[in-house]
Amino acid sequence: MLSKRIIACLDVSGGRVVKGTKFVALRDAGDPAELARFHAEGGADEVVFLDISATRENRTTLLDAVRRTAAQIFVPFTVGGGVRSFEEAAALFDCGADKMTINSAAVVNPKLITTIAMRFGSQAVVVAIDAKRAGNSYGVWVKGGTEPTDRDAVTWAREAQECGAGEIMLTSIDQDGMRSGFDCELTARVSEAVSIPVIASGGAGSGGHFIDVFTKGKADAALAASIFHFGLQNARELKQELQKSGIPVRLPC
Amino acid sequence: MISLIDYGAGNMASVRKAFEHLALETEIIDKPEQISKAAKLVLPGVGNFKSLEKLEQTGMRAAIQESVARGVPFLGICLGMQWLFETSTEAPEVKGLGIFPGKCTRFTETPRSLHVGWNQISFCNSSSRLFQGIADGSYFYFTHSYWCPIESSSSATTQFQTEFAAALEKKNVFGMQFHPEKSGDSGLRILKNFGELPC
Repeated sequence: MLSKRIIACLDVSGGRVVKGTKFVALRDAGDPAELARFHAEGGADEVVFLDISATRENRTTLLDAVRRTAAQIFVPFTVGGGVRSFEEAAALFDCGADKMTINSAAVVNPKLITTIAMRFGSQAVVVAIDAKRAGNSYGVWVKGGTEPTDRDAVTWAREAQECGAGEIMLTSIDQDGMRSGFDCELTARVSEAVSIPVIASGGAGSGGHFIDVFTKGKADAALAASIFHFGLQNARELKQELQKSGIPVRLPC
Repeated sequence: MISLIDYGAGNMASVRKAFEHLALETEIIDKPEQISKAAKLVLPGVGNFKSLEKLEQTGMRAAIQESVARGVPFLGICLGMQWLFETSTEAPEVKGLGIFPGKCTRFTETPRSLHVGWNQISFCNSSSRLFQGIADGSYFYFTHSYWCPIESSSSATTQFQTEFAAALEKKNVFGMQFHPEKSGDSGLRILKNFGELPC
């Protein structure tokens, strides 16, 4: 049976792993390559590297960290943050990334999704959507969740799929860093609207939150960052808890 | 030396670094004469079946056919495995190698048109050389939207919407629908087993 994926997310700034609370307060949590390997060996199904400083700093430190990380992990490795062009995406793949996430640049120019998918395959293109509740719907925000757009999250997810996205990484800005649970309503709405996998992100604080997002939220995968980084719980422990609740997971030996 | 066939689509880096991690030497090749000289061939693959027509256009298809007939170990990964069949409904005009009968077809649209993630495989028999040291029911990482039919050379199957071939093994020809280079220790073990096959 296809298992639900637990994805360890490393927020990176200046070549170091940091973690975010509502995208603002940062705390250094170590070397990206070492942490990536730690998570892969600890049972994470994938590792994601989000360069949250990418739109402000030069990319050389990022590419170097991607190269060092890719040489050490043999589970899917996704890199994103600030990718603006085909060339920037290609540079990430050259350094060993298996997938890339694209966010603000895709909102401005959805054709960029198609261009990258045509060359590297849809499975390599993850469209990241940062969504914030607005009344009864969810709006798309860009620039690291700081700037609103006039797009609706569900409509945009469907359009991204049509452009060639292979997965949607959906972050709830309202829940991010709160550790009070994923936004299951947002996740379910997007998940039902598309036929590509949806990765839920933002709000993980306990095993129960993952159970909720896989059942009520209908997520295919869920992202966890801060929950792992300070030894609160590793992926193996989390998966054991999920398995007890009947969620199909890959338990590493 | 393991020769990785580059046909201009997809990403060669992941497969290469997995072999390098196992201390197995690799090279990336894209010419028929390089294929003819290779001791072991790997056709990694992501993307569209259509992109494989480059193998025919460059003469690499004929060179692969000839090497395979000589007994050179050949491993097709993901799209590279699908190419071992006659064709795919993704690009029916593109001819596969036709070592295995039948064609690849697409998953249905709902609820998910892509099989992405870790899934278990079931062995068809216990004699697979590439699965030595791997437990039946192990998880591997898949990402594909077309699937290969099960036939007499299938060495493992997987279930998603339907039951399909997860791996194939016929003499010197091997196929993996999943990505061994992305499947943790189990995947690395398969690549090591391939690297240790006699040439």
